[in-house]
Amino acid sequence: MSTPTKEAAEPASKIDMKESGGGGEIPSFDVTLQVRRYDPEFSDDARWDEWTITMYGTDRVLDALHKVKWEIDGSLTFRRSCAHGVCGSDAMRINGRNRLACKVLLKDLDTSKPIMVEPIKGLPVEKDLIVDMEPFFQSYREIMPFMVNNSPAPTGERIQSPEERERFDDTTKCILCAACTSSCPVFWTDGQYFGPAAIVNAHRFIFDSRDDAGDMRLEVLNDKEGVWRCRTIFNCTDACPRGIEVTKAIQEVKRAVLTRSM
Amino acid sequence: MTTTKSDALLPAQGIEAPRSGRIDPKYLRNGFSKSGSFEMAAWVFMRVSGAALVVLIFVHLAVNLLVGEGIHQIDFGFVAGKWANPVWQFWDLTMLWLAMLHGGNGMRTIINDYAEKDSTRMWLKSILYLSVIVIIVLGTMVIFTFEPCLLDNSGQLLESSPSFCQNV
Repeated sequence: MSTPTKEAAEPASKIDMKESGGGGEIPSFDVTLQVRRYDPEFSDDARWDEWTITMYGTDRVLDALHKVKWEIDGSLTFRRSCAHGVCGSDAMRINGRNRLACKVLLKDLDTSKPIMVEPIKGLPVEKDLIVDMEPFFQSYREIMPFMVNNSPAPTGERIQSPEERERFDDTTKCILCAACTSSCPVFWTDGQYFGPAAIVNAHRFIFDSRDDAGDMRLEVLNDKEGVWRCRTIFNCTDACPRGIEVTKAIQEVKRAVLTRSM
Repeated sequence: MTTTKSDALLPAQGIEAPRSGRIDPKYLRNGFSKSGSFEMAAWVFMRVSGAALVVLIFVHLAVNLLVGEGIHQIDFGFVAGKWANPVWQFWDLTMLWLAMLHGGNGMRTIINDYAEKDSTRMWLKSILYLSVIVIIVLGTMVIFTFEPCLLDNSGQLLESSPSFCQNV
């Protein structure tokens, strides 16, 4: 047996393809990017910087920030890690709404006007788009975001029915990007408020059938700065890049605190 | 054989969490406050009183403005006639207390949300609490001590007295 030394010629294409080939040109357009800059080493005041750059239809706000940082102004500072909407590093205020820069396509924004990018509100700005997340994580730690089970560990896994798992499924999606907490007007004026993210993560364990510390978490959130500070204005639900129904979760925790006290 | 220092095995006990102790005090909750249950009671009260006020206010409006001669019936005598009946006394008293506490608590929440300085918050809340108390006390006194048929110094009915005073 011998292998054919010459491959059969490809049959002629049955469809007309344009000469340019590939998927066609990706449309490009000019966008103006306005970024809120702050550098305490040079000035105590924040300022706006503006760049006009050529971007493509497949580009996200994060790509525009990258283009500026890599090609125009290397001092532009922002957090990003995975760049695919999973790590939760690059939450920022884009055109006045809290979004992940890696999940917002430029073509979905109004490119006829400048695109405004600011750091998330309510947390201390350290430089440009980077804020100090420590107060946010402090609240997160206080609600004990880990499973507590006082019964002896079984030899196998702790069994849970699909329905019991479904009960808290929505709140398992949180990536701790702080988009919700920093979109909350109550948090803007009252930094002591636990904030939506901490309550969402408490919800994830309070409604977990395997967890025994629900009462302790409800006690923590029955604080003056706990769930009762929520005014149900739904900014957090709108801001969540994971589509978690944040306000609904907060209301469920309120109801749980109430039923526990009755 | 080598000996191991138990401290070395537990670095977490000796090393502070990164960036700990650098949090701006405005973010720090000073311990757990007891007023959490008050906030819960206030939250429940807002919902219960809100539902009650819908009934109280709409019946009040219907009886005053729609039933009988409608808006033309309202005068001093009409109010006096209503308050001669203990049911309306109780109705108006409930409405007064619930509306003032409901509205007062709503204002308290707004002040808590929007006042940025502690001193501003304290002053606004003091003014609020004072006005709520004054209106509740004054309103309650009027409902229970209301005297429609006032006499002048010579013991005659005042001219503005409602007509039913002639029969008393």
